[in-house]
Amino acid sequence: MKMLLKGGRVVDPASGRDGEFDVLIEDGRIARVDKSLPADGAEVFAIKPGWLVAPGLIDIHVHLREPGQEHKETIATGTLSAVTGGFTAVACMPNTDPINDHPGITELILQKAAAANLARVYPIGAVSMGSRGELMAELGAQKAAGCVAFTDDGRPVASALLMRRALEYAGMLGLPIVNHCEDPSLKGDGVAHEGFHAARLGLRGIPGVAESIMVERDIALAELTGGPYHVCHMSARQSLRAVRDARTRGTTNVTCEVAPHHFVLTDESLEKPIRYDTNVKMNPPLRETADRDAMLEGIADGTIDVIATDHAPHHADEKLVEFDHAPFGIVGLETCVPLVFDRLVHAGRIGVSRAIALLSTNPARVFGLPGGSLANGVAADVTILAPDAAVTIRAKDLKSKSRNTPFDGWQLTGAVAATIVGGRLVYNNEAL
Amino acid sequence: MLKSRHLLGMADLDPEEIVLILDTAGAMTEIAARPIKKVPTLRGRTVVNLFFEPSTRTRTSFEVAEKRLSADTLSVAVAQSSVTKGETLLDTVRNLEAMAPDMIVMRHASAGAPHLLARLCRSVIINAGDGMHEHPTQALLDAFTIREHKGGLQGLKVAIVGDLLHSRVLRSNVQLLNKMGANVWACGPKTLMPPELPRFGVRPTTSIDEAVADADVVMMLRIQHERMHGHFIPSTREYFTLFGLTPERVARAKPDVVIMHPGPMNRGVEIDSDVADGPYSVILEQVANGVAVRMAVLYLLAGQEAVTD
Repeated sequence: MKMLLKGGRVVDPASGRDGEFDVLIEDGRIARVDKSLPADGAEVFAIKPGWLVAPGLIDIHVHLREPGQEHKETIATGTLSAVTGGFTAVACMPNTDPINDHPGITELILQKAAAANLARVYPIGAVSMGSRGELMAELGAQKAAGCVAFTDDGRPVASALLMRRALEYAGMLGLPIVNHCEDPSLKGDGVAHEGFHAARLGLRGIPGVAESIMVERDIALAELTGGPYHVCHMSARQSLRAVRDARTRGTTNVTCEVAPHHFVLTDESLEKPIRYDTNVKMNPPLRETADRDAMLEGIADGTIDVIATDHAPHHADEKLVEFDHAPFGIVGLETCVPLVFDRLVHAGRIGVSRAIALLSTNPARVFGLPGGSLANGVAADVTILAPDAAVTIRAKDLKSKSRNTPFDGWQLTGAVAATIVGGRLVYNNEAL
Repeated sequence: MLKSRHLLGMADLDPEEIVLILDTAGAMTEIAARPIKKVPTLRGRTVVNLFFEPSTRTRTSFEVAEKRLSADTLSVAVAQSSVTKGETLLDTVRNLEAMAPDMIVMRHASAGAPHLLARLCRSVIINAGDGMHEHPTQALLDAFTIREHKGGLQGLKVAIVGDLLHSRVLRSNVQLLNKMGANVWACGPKTLMPPELPRFGVRPTTSIDEAVADADVVMMLRIQHERMHGHFIPSTREYFTLFGLTPERVARAKPDVVIMHPGPMNRGVEIDSDVADGPYSVILEQVANGVAVRMAVLYLLAGQEAVTD
C-alpha cells in the first residue's frame, strides 16, 4: 500500500525542511521525502501548485463530549469535524459526564475513537477526582490507560497545594499539567470580559487578572517543582506577560496555547453585529483589543507555543437562551485553519512555517505526542492545505454535531485540501 | 412614530424620538385628571405583562397605563409560570404568543433577554427592566419629570448617586440625558462603579459633595442591603455616612434642585427621610408620571403596529 504526494511545498518545521518535495507513504508511514520521486506503483495524490504539505495538525484542546453529552458531540462526529478541519489528532478534555478521572473512561474513549477510525484521539485525564479539586486522581493508572496530560479543564485547579503536588506527581510520570486559569472569587458569576462593552450591556464581568493571577501562581509552582506545565486557552495580556517573563528568566517547563477566537475577536462582538449573541460567550471570554493584540504579538514573537481551538460544542437549544444562562464555548475545529491563514499568515504576522509549528510541531512536543513531523519512518499523518483558497464558513455545513460558531458567513482565505491519518486519506476537499 | 417596533433601551432612541414620547406623555397626563380615566385607544389590543422579577411599581404602572388605554391586559408573574418547570424563556413566550397578544412588556433578571425575544418573536417587546442593562421607561419618566420642573434638559447638571455598577436605571438615564444635552455626574463607591465609567459619558466622582454641588437634579439609586456580601461596601451605616443624601448635602445643590429616586427607597441607607419627604423631593411625581409615559410608549408602539398591519 503506497501513496505518493506529488508536488507542492513541504513544510516540516521539526526538520527545518521547507521546499518543493514529494512525499512517499508506505504501509502507513513516511517512507521518503525527496525531489521528484517516481510513482513506482504508488497511488499518486497530485498536490496542486501553491498547496502545502504539512505534518498532521494536532489540536490539544478539544471537547468531544462523549461519554455523557452525546447530544452536543460524539467521538465519531468530533473526529469527523477534526479531520475536516485538517486535524489528524486531537487531545480531548476530561469534563465529560462522568468526568474522565478513571482508566475505564479513558479506555472507553479510546475504543470509541478506534471505532470511528478518523483522527487520533489522545485523552487528557482529570487532575482530581470528579475535577472537584479535592483528591488527586490516579494519574499513573490514567497514563497507563493512555492519558497524555492532566487537567480539570472547565474548572481551575484552585488549590495551590493540589497544583503543586500534581506538578510534582505528573512530572514524575513525564506528563504535563494543563490548567484552565481562573481565580474563582474574581470570576464570580461573570459571563463576559470585564470592560466597557460588558459594562454597557449590563453583563457581569470577568477581569483579565482573574486569569493571570493563577498563571503567575502556576508559573511559580512550575518553577518550584520542575514539572511540565501548560497554560490552556490564554486570553489576557497580563497572562502573556507572565509567561514571557518566565521565559526571560530561563524557565523552560512552561508552555501556553491560544485559541483562534482570542486572536481574532474582541469583546466588541458582544454588541456587534448582534447584541447578546450567545455564540460569543466563551470562557475565558473575548477580551479587549489590547489583549487580542497581545495574543497576536505572542504568536509572532514565539511566546505562544500552540494554537488550540477549545472546540466546545453545545446544542442549539442550549445556546438559544438568555446570555446569562447560555453555556460557555464555541466549536472551533473546522474554522481554525481558515482563521490562522487569513488572520496570521496572509496578514503578514507569521510565516507558513511558524503556522505549522503552532498547529503541529509544537502541540506534539508540548504533550509528548507522536506526530508533528514528516521524518522517515513516522506514522504518515499529513495535512494538505490550500492557503490561497477562498472559504466561506457556513455553520449549517459543519461536520460537528453542533453549530455554535460566531464565524458563520465569514469569508476567509485558507482551506484544508486533504487530511491523511496513518497513510489513509480520511478527508478530501472535493470543492477545491 | 418610532423607528423601532420595540422599546428595548435608550440606546436605540434618538433625541427626536425621546421628545416625541415625552410630548405624547404630556398629552396623556390630562387623562389622569378626568373623572373617567379611560380612552379607547388600545381597545381590542392584548398586552401581556411578563415579570420574571418581583416588581410592584413598574408592573402596576404598566397595568394602569394599559387599562387607561382600554387594552386587554394580563400579568404573568414568575411564581405561576412554567419557568420553574424548566421551560425556556423562548418557549414560554412562544406559548403566550400562540394566544395572539400584540405586545409583551417584560422584566427579566438577565440583560439582553428582551433583545432575544425581539429577534425571535412576533410581538412588540417593551423592556420593563433587563438585569443590569436598561430600564428605558424609567429613564423616560425621569426625563418627563425633570422637564416639567426645569422646562428642558439641555445644560442641566444631573448627579446620579449610588450603586452605579448594578443599576439599569443608571444605564438608561445616562444615555437619555446625554442625548438630551444634560451634564451627568455619576457618584458612588469605587467598588460599585462600572469599568471605564467615563466612556459612558459621565463625570465620575466618589465625592457626593462634589457631585451634588450646584446640581439641578439629584437622582439617588437604591443600595441593596446584601451588597456587603460581595465586599462592595462594609455596611449600610458606613454607606450612609459617605454617600447618603442628607439635608446638609442637598443644601450644596442649586436652590431649585429636584431630588429623585426610582424606588424602592431604603430610608437611612441612601437617602435621609427628611430629604425623601422634603420640599425638593419629586419622588411621588415620578410615580404619577410613570403612568403617562408608559401610556405614551404603548400608544406609539401600538400605532406603529397598526400602520404595518
